[in-house]
Amino acid sequence: MPITYYLGLSVIMFVIGFIGVLLRRNALLIFMSLELMFNSANLAFVTFANYYHLPNAQLFVFFVMTVAAAEVAIGLALIVAIFRKKQSINVDQVSDLKG
Amino acid sequence: MVFGYIIYGLIALLIIVTAAGMLISRNTVYSALFLVLNFTLVAILYFTLGAPFIALTQISVYAGAIMILFLFVIMLLGSEKMDWQEPLKNQRLVAGILVFLVLLPAAVLLISQTGAVPPLTTPDPEFGSPATIGNILFTQYTLPFLVIGFLLLVATIGAIVLTKTDTPRQRIEAMESKKD
Repeated sequence: MPITYYLGLSVIMFVIGFIGVLLRRNALLIFMSLELMFNSANLAFVTFANYYHLPNAQLFVFFVMTVAAAEVAIGLALIVAIFRKKQSINVDQVSDLKG
Repeated sequence: MVFGYIIYGLIALLIIVTAAGMLISRNTVYSALFLVLNFTLVAILYFTLGAPFIALTQISVYAGAIMILFLFVIMLLGSEKMDWQEPLKNQRLVAGILVFLVLLPAAVLLISQTGAVPPLTTPDPEFGSPATIGNILFTQYTLPFLVIGFLLLVATIGAIVLTKTDTPRQRIEAMESKKD
């Protein structure tokens, strides 16, 4: 199986996540798109682990997953806090810091 | 050999369809469920790439824990059906240009390299097994492992602090200060 197949799939997943981050206004959907982008990076890591026969790259996937879990916990807590204050999770509404 | 290609094609197609479904779906619950499916399919690809430990971690951590957290928050906020807002025309154009800029170099690189690099091989069962990964994790990467543990502790405390509501006493104090 050529390595480009897996990397191409990774690129497509990354771009779909990228479009989600750029175009969607719902904070939860932006978060899910971010997860998709993490996932595509992980797929590239595992592909190269196989290609170079280095299991170390798989550990990085493990670390990325842990950081993603921490990030989701904090991010969803922030979304809940923002929703309590604004009754909305539209990212356009969160503009209090704008001068 | 051909059978492997067919399986890969099927899984890749389903991954792209579920990712697009996540993006297009108007209902946030459907988006989350599409993403669960996507993560599970990617886990199957990890299995084929000789990473069973990572595949199972993906299913239990991503498709399990993280997506349950997402679904929980979606239900909690009652945001299944958010009012759909058309993005600004300008924004769509800028997004298109940015996506093109990301996609173009990747596509050029991948197409030019097709056939130039040796294909992936099926690794031996020991490669990427929990024993191998655990061995590396607890010898070569002990410090990162401890740091990651601390990071999870900080994230837990942060999540509790961020979602903490005022204590009754604080509420009473706030009301009294309003009266003055």
